[in-house]
Amino acid sequence: MLFLKDVRKSFREPDGSPLAILDIKEFHLAAGEQAVLMGRSGCGKTTLLHVIAGISRPDSGTVRIDGTDITRLSEAGRDRFRADKIGYVFQTFNLLAGFSALENVLLGMTFSGGRPDAARARKLLERVGLAQRLTHRPAMLSVGEQQRVAVARALANQPKLLLADEPTANVDSGHQQQIIDLVRNSCQEENVALLLVTHTPEVAEQFARVDRLENFNLAVAVA
Amino acid sequence: MSLWKIAWRSIQQRALASSLTGISMALGVMLVVAVLVVHGVIDRSFLNNSGLGYNLVVGAKGGRLDLVLNSVYYLARPVENIPYTYYLEFTEGKFKGYTDKAIPLCLGDMYQDFRVIGTTPAFFNDLDYGGKKYAFADGRNFEPDEYYGAVIGATVARETGLKVRDTFQPAHGAGPDAHEHDPFTVLGILEPTGTPNDRALFINMEGFFLIPEHAKPGDDDAPAAIAAAAEAPKVHADASHAEPSESEPADSKHKHEAQPGHTAGDDDEHAQDEHQREQPDHDRDHAGHDHHGHDHSHAHEPLPVEQREVTAILVLTAGAPGVAPGLLYGPELKKAINKDSVAQAVEPIREMAILFSTFVDPLRIILLSLTVMIVIVSGIGILVSIYNSMSERQHEIAVVRALGAGRRTVMLLVLLESILLSLGGGLLGWLVGHGLIAALSPWIAARTGVSIGFLQFVGYESVIIPGLIVLASLVGYLPALAAYRTDVAKALSATP
Repeated sequence: MLFLKDVRKSFREPDGSPLAILDIKEFHLAAGEQAVLMGRSGCGKTTLLHVIAGISRPDSGTVRIDGTDITRLSEAGRDRFRADKIGYVFQTFNLLAGFSALENVLLGMTFSGGRPDAARARKLLERVGLAQRLTHRPAMLSVGEQQRVAVARALANQPKLLLADEPTANVDSGHQQQIIDLVRNSCQEENVALLLVTHTPEVAEQFARVDRLENFNLAVAVA
Repeated sequence: MSLWKIAWRSIQQRALASSLTGISMALGVMLVVAVLVVHGVIDRSFLNNSGLGYNLVVGAKGGRLDLVLNSVYYLARPVENIPYTYYLEFTEGKFKGYTDKAIPLCLGDMYQDFRVIGTTPAFFNDLDYGGKKYAFADGRNFEPDEYYGAVIGATVARETGLKVRDTFQPAHGAGPDAHEHDPFTVLGILEPTGTPNDRALFINMEGFFLIPEHAKPGDDDAPAAIAAAAEAPKVHADASHAEPSESEPADSKHKHEAQPGHTAGDDDEHAQDEHQREQPDHDRDHAGHDHHGHDHSHAHEPLPVEQREVTAILVLTAGAPGVAPGLLYGPELKKAINKDSVAQAVEPIREMAILFSTFVDPLRIILLSLTVMIVIVSGIGILVSIYNSMSERQHEIAVVRALGAGRRTVMLLVLLESILLSLGGGLLGWLVGHGLIAALSPWIAARTGVSIGFLQFVGYESVIIPGLIVLASLVGYLPALAAYRTDVAKALSATP
């Protein structure tokens, strides 16, 4: 489902010299598979997720998702592909403050090819336990509730791949497991491949597959 | 979820800043609407006279515009008079063939702040305004023989409190030296017409002539004629006013003799008899009335023709079979009159068009330019407001992009926000502008004769909405470009 081949990504240092961030020979994730990606800070985890999501373009290499090499798509094409096939859960939730929980989920459906499905948005919020919070704005929700809305939003378009960037980092320990269970169960129910970045060993040890980025990112290994 | 709704939510999220920029736009648009509507009022007040029932104004040689302002709008300083015999040229003289209607006007008197105009009943019987006949809210028109009968405009009635059967004394000239004379009786009050006539009092020209100051001096026979008339047994004296008999109206003691040259001509004697029957009010009002020491031993006999003058003649030129009056002979008659040394003829619409193109239009352009600049400044306010918010919105834009929105979509979102703010502010300004005009409508109507309703539109207003969209697109472009250029990865990494 997800296949990366010879993916390189570097940034410019202030002095103009290149700083290699990613140099990945190969990386796979099967359809419906759930994997954890770990690694020390600054090793390129978020950059890798951005490249997979099509938010950033690699300098070279192939990023194939569900049969499409997104590096060959235009920026607009990657945007549309992301809207249709990829869900993204951020560490800081990134809900829009002016929108209710339901509207935030509907917003996740707005930019895909299909029409926003309010019934599905409600169903998703019910599934994450927020049936009574549909009209609440993020500021009126607890941190755990906000992340649950973010999970519902990421699943709104029935994606093939869910990318979760430290989804429990800002959630208190009492709600951590709740979020992890929610993400895993939802992905399992909808057969969505999951790549979850975390620093937390308790979270990682629940997954059958745990990859350390340093082990396959040659740029970090060289550094 | 529609992009409009997303843009609206963004406006709601910055409610205070959005409200302030919207209000600033509203004020700008309100001013534009006010200027457009008020100018439309001026346009209508001055230019919509094609339906007044005449196409030429004839008066003394001199300022053409003065003649029009005086005789059509009752504005400006009074102009010189022309001999009454010249008026007769239109009714029975050399211009008769060219003329369909000729209505004489005698100006120079005031009642309070309103012009008093001497004319004939034909003014209301034969002329129309905007295709409508004059109608009376109360009472009726004066008859040719009701020398001291009057008709007053709606505004005059409202502001002076004069009612039918009330009397008033026109003052010759204006100011403290104004000379008051015989009272006239209000016989009719006009329905509001939206014309300058709302602000005028119309008295029978025959009564106007009988006011001593109005008799043309210089004719050796004139004083003698007046004196003789005063001494004549067929005059009405104050005694008859003071002691009206119950069995017989006081004025029935009036006796009048036809005068050669009187416009009523041979019908005068009969007319005077009618006058005796129809003017009991006049005499009742004379009863016990203090006329400021004025000598009431005056004659109700027509002033001799040679002592008469008129200020202007409203002329509708004759038509022909199949051709409406006013469409023919205008240039010929005008040329013929202007060739004379006595008078000049002007086309009121043409003179007003010249006045507008010379003075009013440039003033309107200046006013409109100022208000358009206010709108532009308001637009720049929107630009500043949205642009200033862009730094704090980078993260929000990045999130929307991460959810799959393209660069053009986020650019469009910012443009829509700008358009919503402009249109919302503009709509509010439009409503307030029209509301303000509607609230001021009675005041404007009282001063211009034109009443404006809340939903009174001016053609130019149709440009406001497209103009606002263009303006909003222009001022929204810069922040939209900033949204377009947002580095998603960088903005997502930044702490929200």
